[in-house]
Amino acid sequence: MLIHLFAMFLLVGLVSFGGGYAMIPLIQEEILKRYHWMEAGQLADIVAVAGMSPGPIATNIAVAVGYQQAGWLGAALAALAVVLPSFALILAAGKLFFRYRDHPRVAAAFYGLRAVVVGLIVYAAVSFARHAGLWTGTPDWRTWCQIAIFAGSLFSLIYLHKHPFVVILLSGLVGIALYG
Amino acid sequence: MTDKRKLHLSLFLVFLKMSPFTFGGGYALIPAIEREVVEKKQWLREEEIADLFAVSGTVPGAVAANSAAFIGYRIGGVSGAIAALLGICLPTFLLMIVLSIFYVQFKDNPKIEAAFTAIRATVAALIAFAAIKVARSSIVDFASGALAAAAALLLFTGIHPLWVVALGATAGILWVQFRGMKGKSPKIKEKEPVFDYMI
Repeated sequence: MLIHLFAMFLLVGLVSFGGGYAMIPLIQEEILKRYHWMEAGQLADIVAVAGMSPGPIATNIAVAVGYQQAGWLGAALAALAVVLPSFALILAAGKLFFRYRDHPRVAAAFYGLRAVVVGLIVYAAVSFARHAGLWTGTPDWRTWCQIAIFAGSLFSLIYLHKHPFVVILLSGLVGIALYG
Repeated sequence: MTDKRKLHLSLFLVFLKMSPFTFGGGYALIPAIEREVVEKKQWLREEEIADLFAVSGTVPGAVAANSAAFIGYRIGGVSGAIAALLGICLPTFLLMIVLSIFYVQFKDNPKIEAAFTAIRATVAALIAFAAIKVARSSIVDFASGALAAAAALLLFTGIHPLWVVALGATAGILWVQFRGMKGKSPKIKEKEPVFDYMI
């Protein structure tokens, strides 16, 4: 169990080009389909809490999943696993990176990587919305309110340049007023 | 306390102080690191740190943690890197544990449940917002747009995300080579570096 936890987040840390949000599909795949550690709804809540808290989202998810699975030790191991690959890479290859960053083939690989990162995040958004209940065949008033909250949140992030924390806080209050 | 110890402690404290501000996207963090490391402590020069940030964004992982490790390494070697990384990770680590405990305790409380029904919708919006921001800098031409769309479609068919990452790197190299053979060179540079989504 601890070994699986460590190995899984080591993998996440190793391929997290373009950062945390692009890693949500991989985390979902491993936790839900491979290890069956929790249900989709529970993982969606962990992602939500991780998004609310400061710090890198992938590390935050690792800490929460690790803690729920194996307490403090699990949390520490999972966090260590996420940061270890990039840490090792920086120590080992920091100088090499400076030299090869502008190499045409490396630049070409990153051109492709950056594009698929967009695809990964789009997929993460859609599958998260599905788990959060925004995407059902039989929408009721609760679903419509959620869709309205989604649209309102996106609007305030893009056009009103509101801080994510403020948007989450307001959304929580709206939720209590609506569904409470 | 030896000088080395002092340096490690002060590296740890500098990043410890910044950690709680790496919120949802580290807009605030890069200027804050510059202010502390270049102006106040004078550990590094302005040009050095710009290069550091660029490389931190290229290595996998969160840019905040990467730059902390990188700066620590430059100033204090491996132990300096560990001190800086611990500093940037510790506060958010503890906060995340507190939030997890809080969530497990109160998730069945009707008020919290109600708040989370709405917050989940907002988090979906946060992820969509991240996608838009990254797309703005990464989708530079038709080919990269098509590649992004293909990646999303493949994911919906249930392919493992790792294959998509591998496909991205391979397709990038092949496409640039193909264009090169036809005598054209595509724009493979990012329009502008995006740091906040990497946090």
